[in-house]
Amino acid sequence: MSEEQLKILEAQFEARIARDEKIEPKDWMPEKYRKTHIRQMSQHAHSEIVGMLPEGNWITRAPSLRRKVALLAKVQDEAGHGLYLYSACETLGISRDELYEQLHTGKAKYSSIFNYPTVTWADMGAIGWLVDGAAIINQVPLCSTSYGPYARAMIRVCKEESFHQRQGYEIMIKLANGTPEQKEMAQDALNRWWWPSLMMLGPTDAESVHTEQSMKWKLKRKSNDDLRQQFIDQTVPQADLIGLTIPDPDLKWNEERQSYDFGPINWDEFWQVVKGHGPCNKERMNARVGAWERGTWVRDAAMAHAEKQASKKLEKAM
Amino acid sequence: MKENLYKYILGIADNSLILGQRLGELCGHGPNLETDIACTNISLDLFGQVRSYYQYAAKIKGENATEDDIAFLRKEREYLNVLLVEQPNTDFAYTITRQFLFDVYHFLFLTELQKSHDMTLAAIAKKSIKEVSYHRRFSSDWMKRLGDGTEESKQRIQDALDALWTYTDELFHQTEADKIIVSENIGVDVTTLKQLYYTEVETILSEATLEVPESKWFQKGGKDGIHTEHMGYLLSDLQYMQRTYPNMEW
Amino acid sequence: MKKNWPLWEVFVRSKNGLEHRHFGSLHAADAEMALENARDVYTRRNEGVSIWVVESKDITASNPENNGELFEPAQDKIYRHPTFYDLPDEVKHM
Repeated sequence: MSEEQLKILEAQFEARIARDEKIEPKDWMPEKYRKTHIRQMSQHAHSEIVGMLPEGNWITRAPSLRRKVALLAKVQDEAGHGLYLYSACETLGISRDELYEQLHTGKAKYSSIFNYPTVTWADMGAIGWLVDGAAIINQVPLCSTSYGPYARAMIRVCKEESFHQRQGYEIMIKLANGTPEQKEMAQDALNRWWWPSLMMLGPTDAESVHTEQSMKWKLKRKSNDDLRQQFIDQTVPQADLIGLTIPDPDLKWNEERQSYDFGPINWDEFWQVVKGHGPCNKERMNARVGAWERGTWVRDAAMAHAEKQASKKLEKAM
Repeated sequence: MKENLYKYILGIADNSLILGQRLGELCGHGPNLETDIACTNISLDLFGQVRSYYQYAAKIKGENATEDDIAFLRKEREYLNVLLVEQPNTDFAYTITRQFLFDVYHFLFLTELQKSHDMTLAAIAKKSIKEVSYHRRFSSDWMKRLGDGTEESKQRIQDALDALWTYTDELFHQTEADKIIVSENIGVDVTTLKQLYYTEVETILSEATLEVPESKWFQKGGKDGIHTEHMGYLLSDLQYMQRTYPNMEW
Repeated sequence: MKKNWPLWEVFVRSKNGLEHRHFGSLHAADAEMALENARDVYTRRNEGVSIWVVESKDITASNPENNGELFEPAQDKIYRHPTFYDLPDEVKHM
């Protein structure tokens, strides 16, 4: 294909997206579109399955049967969401195994927040409330993203996630209204998870590399800073309601902006965690790689069995 | 309080609680996503059953007892599950074999429990049996896949089977409380299920090209609250919150 | 030689009276497993009463490059639609 032809195709492609048409797997697409989507969708999928680990850490220790089944169902949903997203990614011609390979070798990234440890039960509340809260803000706009399989996966994810944040907030309510010890546990969890949750919405717009292109392709509808502001504005009243204090001395309602002003974010910490120096980066990766390696013989056996069955069937037919 | 009925219900429910807990440990660590999700589904089914049984047991116990008191605040000697279900997830072969050996029993047991003269137990059995029917299919299919898969898988699943076989006979033991409840047409006479159980198990094992273990020496004790060394650690996790922060609501 | 579990497409009938609809895909070693996995992955919230699975490689799909010749010729066949025909206003139901 000549460069000129390519330019025409690209222009037509961009026009389709601008008209709000969806792109489907077999449609022609610029190589950059394919690569960017593989990167973003797989990062998203990896975040779901690495995200199972910090919460999975408390399944066996959940304090009541009701909490246990809710947490189990939630962590299981995350596996499901990872699966939907890997499947969407596979429509672009890359296998799940290749995607795992990228995760396991550190080539692919996942959301840094899952590199923080879950040290008390209240962390289950804080993750559901804050981390899922921030995730939803990120995800809802993706339901109308330009790539069909991604948009469809996100619609399913958002529908299923609606109980996740409630599940977390309910845990916090119960703790905040409980004994002084429980309330302290809740406040401590909020103190530890607040700032990482704000960082989760991504670097400031000034430092964000992909934003403009992503906006065009509807991989992003709002800038990181806007999303962050939205998250803060919706979360602060929820904290007030249950009598917990957001750990930011600079937090203050700004009447003019009709939004909260907030203090500086420690971006140095963010980049350190991204680079692998978070408290649990190694543990998380060991857990993922370990599960995959321990599963090798299982997956191979199932495949070998299926082949034996298929050839038996063939023999019978002959 | 109907002491015998209470104990009888715990004997059933504790199996589901402890097995559900074991499966819960695996969530996020399965051989792949699909299998991970499937095992968690089984765990969720079991915990659902547990809650129905314990809620009923709590009513019988009175004194404002709750499902959580019963689940979390007993001493190890007061848990009445069979030894089989508390065995650890040594590898996926152990997980599947434990599941299979329990599912075949569980299905036969619930089939009979549906006929109980106790309406609540009969209703729980009727609801649960659909779930357990699926569990049995799932674990049987995996026994066949792993048995008739690769050399490595065959070896692993045979090892797991040889190790867990010793816990199968206990499924058909009766405690004193069991005998009384059976005589009242509420409980299931498990001794009558034994032959059918081994026939069904052996049919699947033969399809899975596995050897039926020859050992005739069996371990027992769980139904009387005497457990294997694994149990204490499992309970430490299970009870951690309730023990560390007593008398609180979550 | 390493062989991965193939990809399957999952179709679910939400309730009787409705058609099976494409729900997504998953990996499974064989058809039975694909059905079981589909049940566990896609009907956790009571979404279905019937499931079809088909290995993705067995689906033959039309090529979007041929969309012009395949689908555009149908666009101007307006006589296939009821609004093409003129009726007197007095005729209420037809």
